Amino acid sequence: MSAAQAASTGTALVRVRDLSVTYQGTSGAVPAVRQVSFDVEPGAAVALVGESGSGKTTTVQTLLGLLAHNGQRTGGQVVFDGADITGWSGKQLRAALGKRIGYVPQDPNNSLNPVRRVGDNLAEVLRIHKWGDRAAIRARVVDLLDRVGIPEPELRARQYPHELSGGMKQRVLIAGAIALEPELIIADEATSALDVTVQRRVLDLLDELRAELGTAILLVTHDLAVAADRADDVVVLKDGAVQEAGPTATVLSHPEHPYTQQLLRDAPAFAVDAPAPAAAPTASGRPDVVQVSDLVKEFSLGRRRERFRAVDGVSFTIPEGTTHALVGESGSGKTTTARMVLGFEQPTSGAVTVARQRVDGKRGRAWRDLRASMQMVYQNPFSSLDPRQSIEEILTEPLRNFSLASGADLTRRVREQMDQVALPAAMLDRRPAELSGGQRQRVAIARALILRPQVVVLDEPVSALDVTVQAQVLELLSTLQQELGVTYLFISHDLAVVRRLAHTVSVLQHGRVVESGPVHRVFTDPREPYTQELIAAIPGQGRAAVRT
Amino acid sequence: MHYLLSRLGQAATVLLVAFTAAFLLLQAMPADALMIRFESPELGLSPDQIAELRIAYGVDAPLHVQYWHSLSGVLRGDLGYSIESGTAVSTILADALPRTLTLAGLSLVLAVLVAFAIAFAASLSRFTWLRSALRAAPSLFVSVPVFWLGIVLIQIFSFRLGWVPVINPGPVEGLILPVLTLAVPISAPLAQVLVRSMDAVSLQPFVVVTRAKGASELWTQWHAVLRNAVLPTMTMAGVLFGELIAGAVVTETVFARAGIGRITEQAVRTQDIPVLQGVVLMAAAVFVAINLTVDLLYPRVDPRLRGKVAATR
Repeated sequence: MSAAQAASTGTALVRVRDLSVTYQGTSGAVPAVRQVSFDVEPGAAVALVGESGSGKTTTVQTLLGLLAHNGQRTGGQVVFDGADITGWSGKQLRAALGKRIGYVPQDPNNSLNPVRRVGDNLAEVLRIHKWGDRAAIRARVVDLLDRVGIPEPELRARQYPHELSGGMKQRVLIAGAIALEPELIIADEATSALDVTVQRRVLDLLDELRAELGTAILLVTHDLAVAADRADDVVVLKDGAVQEAGPTATVLSHPEHPYTQQLLRDAPAFAVDAPAPAAAPTASGRPDVVQVSDLVKEFSLGRRRERFRAVDGVSFTIPEGTTHALVGESGSGKTTTARMVLGFEQPTSGAVTVARQRVDGKRGRAWRDLRASMQMVYQNPFSSLDPRQSIEEILTEPLRNFSLASGADLTRRVREQMDQVALPAAMLDRRPAELSGGQRQRVAIARALILRPQVVVLDEPVSALDVTVQAQVLELLSTLQQELGVTYLFISHDLAVVRRLAHTVSVLQHGRVVESGPVHRVFTDPREPYTQELIAAIPGQGRAAVRT
Repeated sequence: MHYLLSRLGQAATVLLVAFTAAFLLLQAMPADALMIRFESPELGLSPDQIAELRIAYGVDAPLHVQYWHSLSGVLRGDLGYSIESGTAVSTILADALPRTLTLAGLSLVLAVLVAFAIAFAASLSRFTWLRSALRAAPSLFVSVPVFWLGIVLIQIFSFRLGWVPVINPGPVEGLILPVLTLAVPISAPLAQVLVRSMDAVSLQPFVVVTRAKGASELWTQWHAVLRNAVLPTMTMAGVLFGELIAGAVVTETVFARAGIGRITEQAVRTQDIPVLQGVVLMAAAVFVAINLTVDLLYPRVDPRLRGKVAATR
C-alpha cells in the first residue's frame, strides 16, 4: 500500500505501514520487525499476538519511541491520528506519550518506582504534563485509584508499591495509563504475570474503560486465548513478520496460516479436546509414593502478632507413576507445600513421606541421602541454571555429588540423559546463555532426572515458556513419566496446563485444600465455588466454541 | 528498636576488637617510646632511674595486666598520657579532631558533589564521546596519589599563580587545597559506583514506564533513577570517610596542618604508644559511627527496608 493510499483511507487512529526495524548486534544487523502493517481504529481493541522474538515488543517500542539504542527503524511509517510520528522530535513525542498514548507494562512488580509512594507514582504522569495544581492532582489520584477498583484509595495512595499485591499494582499502572484519558492504550503483556482470576478482573477493567472512555486498546500478548476473548482484530506475528491478520472470530475459526493453526493447537486453553495425560493409571494396585498428611506451616509476623498460616491442614497422596497437581493463586500455599515435601522447609505440624521415608524432621546427612530420590524443576530456566557451568557440568554435578558414576560411565549417563530429553550431545559444551528457554528447561529436567529420582517436583515448569514450547515440554514430561515411571508433583496457577499433565488435582485457597479429585472430574464438574471461579477465569473459553 | 540495639552491640564489639588488635600490635613493636625518650645519652639517666621510670609508666607489668589497665582506663574515658609530651591523650585528640573532621567532612561533601555531577552528566549527555570521557574520568582520578596531587596543587596554585597562600594562610584559604587534594581521589570510586548503579537502575521496567509517561531524560534520571541508585553509593561513602581520616595523615603532612594526621605521624616517629592507641581507637570509633549512620539511613531512602516482616509472608 502506498503512503498516499494509506493517508486517504479512513479514520484509523494508528496506522502502521511496512514498518521494519533492525538491531545492530555484534554480529551485524539483525532484522526484528519486517514490513509490519496494521491499523487500530478509534475505540477498537487489537491484539498483537506472537511468541518471544516475534517482534511484537519491538513494534510497540517503535510506536512509543522507546526503541533501545541499538535499534533502528529502517523503513515504514507509524501514523498516529493522521501524523507520521516516526519523524517527530523527542519533544513532540514526549508531549503525546502519557497524554494521548497510555502504556501498561508487562511486569507490575517492577514497574512502579519502589522508593516513591503509590500516589506519587500515579501523580507523576499528571505532573509531567503539568495537569492541575497540587490539590487537584491529589484529588485526581484518589479518584483514579477508586476508578480502577482499589479499595480505600486514600490509604493506598500513601502506601509504597511493595505493600500492594501484583494485581493491585497492575491496577495502579492502568490508572496511570488512563489518567489523562488517552486515545490509545498499549498493554504490553499486561496480565501475563498475574493469576487467572486477577487477570480476568484486570482485563475486564480494561474493557470497561474502553467502553467508558472510547479508548482504543492495542493488546500485546503471547496468549492467543486472551486475544480471543478481548480483541476485535488479531495480528499474528512470527519472526518479525505478520503471518495472518483479521477479525478475531474469522482468524480463530478459520486460521489459514499454518503457524496460526499451530498456535491454536498448542494453546492450552483451547485444547479442550486435547488428549488427556496418557493412560491415567488406576490408582488401585499402585503404592503411594508421596503421602502428605495434615501439613501445617505457620510463619511469625513479628512479636505480639497473630501467626500466619501459609499452609493449613493439607493432605494428599500420589500413586507411583502419576501426576498430582497443586493448583492455586499466588499466596495459596502451593509453593510452601512443595518446599515442605522436598524438606526445604520444616512443617509446623503434619507429616511428609516420600518413598516410605519420612522427610519432615530430617537434617544433615539423612536429609542429603534422601535428596537423590526427590528432585525439582524450577519455574524460570533462565535463573535456575548456573550461567558459568557448561551443560555437561550441570548434568554431571548431581552424579558426582552422590558419587554415582565416574569416568566413562559418567559420560555415558550424561549422553543418555541428553538423548532422553531430546537434546543433541553437541550441546554439552555450551553454556545456558547459548540455549533457548525451551532447551534450558529440558536441561533442567535432565538434571532432575539424571539421579533417577522417584519423585520430581515441577514448580510452574512451563509458565515462563511460549505456548508452542510449552506444549513440547509438557509432551516430554508426559513421555518421560511413561518411560521411567517417575512420580510428579506439579505446581501451577495455570489450570489449562494442569489439564494436560495431571491425573489428580488439589485446589488450594488460603492454604487449605478446597477441592480435590481426578482432574477430569474437577474440571468438568467443579463442586466448590472457588474452583468454578478459577475454571471460569481461564481465558479463551468465550471463543473456544467458535472453532468446532 | 531491636534492630538498633543489635547494631549498637555490633558496633561495640568492633570497637573492642579494634582496641585489642591495636594494643597487641603496638606491644609487639621492638622498641618503645620510653627507650627512645630516656635512653638517649644526653639525658644521662642511669639504668636504675630508667627502670624506675618504666615501673612508673607501668610497662614492666605482664601483658594482660597492662591490657586490663588500659581497657579499664578507656572505659572510664582515660586514654593515658603521651610519653613524648606528658599531655593527656584525650586532650591531644580533642584539640586535633575538629580540624581533621572539618577537612575530612568538607572533602567528603566536595567528593560527593563531584561524583554526582560526573554520574549525572555521564547519563544525561547526548554525545557519546562525552559520555565515555566522563565515564573514564573516575579511573583517572582514582589512580592519582594523594601526596603527589597535593604537591602539584601547591606548585600551581600557590607558587605559580599565587592564588592561595600556603604559608600562614587564613582558616578558609588554608582549607582549599587540602580539601581539593583529598576530594579528588575519593570522588572517583563514588562516581564509579554511582554510574554503574545508575546504569543498572536504568534498565528497570519502572524507568521505561516513566519514559512512556512522556518524561524528559532529566526528569527520568532525577525522579526515577537517582534515588534508587543511591544506596550502594551510600555504603561506599561510609567506607571512604574512614579512609579520609587515614588520607589526612599524608595531606596534613604535605600542607603542614595540625590535626589527627600530624599527631599520628609524630607519634609513629617517636613510638608514642598511648597516643597511637588513642588514634586507632578514635579512628575505629569514627568508622563505626559513620557506618552505623549509613545503615540507619538505608530505610529512610528505601521504604522496602522498613519493617521487613510485613513484606515477607
